[in-house]
Amino acid sequence: MKILLMGNPNVGKSVFFSRITGVKVIASNYPGTTVEFTKGSMRLGEEKVEVTDVPGTYTLEPTSKAEEVASLMLQDGDLVINVVDATNLERNLYLTLELLERQIPVIVALNIWDDTKHLGITIDAAKLEELLGVPVVPTVAVTGEGIKELVSRIPEATSPPLTARTRDERWAAVGSIINEVQTITHHHHTWLERLQDASVHPVIGLLIAALVLAGSFSIIRLIGEGLINHAADPFFENLWEPVMMKLSTALGSEGFWHDMLIGKLFDGEIDFSQSMGVLTTGLYIPLGAVLPYILAFYLILSLLEDIGYLPRLAVLLDNLMHRMGLHGYSIIPTMLGLGCCVPAIMATRILESRRERFIAATLISIAIPCAASQAMIIGLVGERGTQYVAMVYGTLFVVWVVLGLILNRTVRGFSPELLIEMPPYRLPSWRALPTKLWMRVYGFLKEALPIILGAIFVISILYTAGVFDAIANFTAPVVSGIFGLPKEAVVAIVVGFLRKDVAIGLLAPLSLTAGQLVIGCVVLTMFFPCIAAFVVLARELGYKGLLAAIGVMIIATIAVGGLLNVAL
Amino acid sequence: MEDKSDKRYITLRQMRSGQSGIVFEILGGHGLARRLSAMGIRPGKRITKVGSMFMRGPVTIQVDRAQFAIGYGMANRILVEVD
Repeated sequence: MKILLMGNPNVGKSVFFSRITGVKVIASNYPGTTVEFTKGSMRLGEEKVEVTDVPGTYTLEPTSKAEEVASLMLQDGDLVINVVDATNLERNLYLTLELLERQIPVIVALNIWDDTKHLGITIDAAKLEELLGVPVVPTVAVTGEGIKELVSRIPEATSPPLTARTRDERWAAVGSIINEVQTITHHHHTWLERLQDASVHPVIGLLIAALVLAGSFSIIRLIGEGLINHAADPFFENLWEPVMMKLSTALGSEGFWHDMLIGKLFDGEIDFSQSMGVLTTGLYIPLGAVLPYILAFYLILSLLEDIGYLPRLAVLLDNLMHRMGLHGYSIIPTMLGLGCCVPAIMATRILESRRERFIAATLISIAIPCAASQAMIIGLVGERGTQYVAMVYGTLFVVWVVLGLILNRTVRGFSPELLIEMPPYRLPSWRALPTKLWMRVYGFLKEALPIILGAIFVISILYTAGVFDAIANFTAPVVSGIFGLPKEAVVAIVVGFLRKDVAIGLLAPLSLTAGQLVIGCVVLTMFFPCIAAFVVLARELGYKGLLAAIGVMIIATIAVGGLLNVAL
Repeated sequence: MEDKSDKRYITLRQMRSGQSGIVFEILGGHGLARRLSAMGIRPGKRITKVGSMFMRGPVTIQVDRAQFAIGYGMANRILVEVD
């Protein structure tokens, strides 16, 4: 049997899904968190049934790509758990009636039940069950309340005989149900609601946004640096280094395996950021330099997501984004891109037109540095002074805007206007937050660690084989001539195709000037997405779109790198 | 004095922040009317304008317990009978 979880956007389907299947999925407080179908399974009596978390939809009449897909999915399902937002019953029931008209067995989960009380909403669930003719169970997916009862009543799901109605007839039917089951009493604005309204105020809202963004950046840096200085560095220096030095001596301080595992020694000592051994630099980059920032970044991003702030930022930035051929909601994939390009490019599916998706994905893969790159940039460039870090970020921001303006003028097609539901502000769940953080950190370790270790290994071999010298001489005109970097920097550019963090790390031993370091970091960020991003980019844009994006990327990188070389 | 009955019908864009009214008509094209209707913004529904961003930015509205942000152009096509 196949069970579909369906409902309006942002009603808690993903939290619900995790509850009943045990499969962990990312859930956030904004419409469109789920852009892919996630499948899981649960036991129902003796039977093992398949459960699908379907992206949210307001209606089965396809008005957007996501709704088209949701509507098609219905044909494969045997039963629908219709997750309904009890605080917006009227609108949610419209989809419920559409589902019932499709003559598929339905059971209704009246979710976010806990919020109805303080919003002054009273719903007679028993009466609703009677009027709809299908089981209705009040639930609070976040705490798990009512989930057991809902699961136990799944076998009762039915499809009462109902003929198809017109839109007006359906709304009339919703209206008469609402009149019988729901009473609303006046409620006073809470401080969260006041904050909600202030967040989209033209003046106060922008002030709040400036505070939130500046605050986020400072806290991320504070946590990231704190973890590096007080946890990661002491661990590597005091505990790991002695072990590695013993190994180094055991290996005879030289030879092939010594170079592979430990790497180069500087005055007889290991330098974790420059030795380039698999067990030294290979472990230090992901765990010592990047992981602290990954933790800090995703903690703050998850907080902003769960509070429901990101759609407000979308409203504030809508104007600017329109000039770039996008609308405000593209800020959500962009913010995800500050973590990792892969989920960010996938999240561009929340945008309606192909043109927008192309522009957003191209801009993200060129101008938005991922958390791993940023950790290395802050670590490496930060040593020379904060102003240089600001230069890297400033340049990338200008590239993002200017490239957007250009793409808006040149890419054909249209970009629709913003039309989004704004989730209410919610206090983050202190139980759900660590789970989500762990999923993302684990995701980083699982994806990045093997590639980084592999990359370091391959780099060491290629160095030994002298392959890089050949490439360096061949590319010297561009690398030295245009970017003003030593020709050996090409190694970093090549490695950037595998992992950007390792690539930026490779700039360290080149004894660059601060200006060259800024150019190097900008070029590495812009030039070619890492292999993982490349694969999703190809999948989401198709090969034609991918080629176009890469063309833009190459031209933009050479232009910006050249300009910076002249300016610095 | 101008005809008062006309003044009661204004577009969402023209509404003041905090002003409420009943949606009267979605102008121009069924596509928008259909999308808005599925979100619960349809003729007969009471809406309140929460605010708008300057320079042709989006308009924020409240319908029942839900808030929406609507692009400037779309807000210009929603005709409201204000209180």
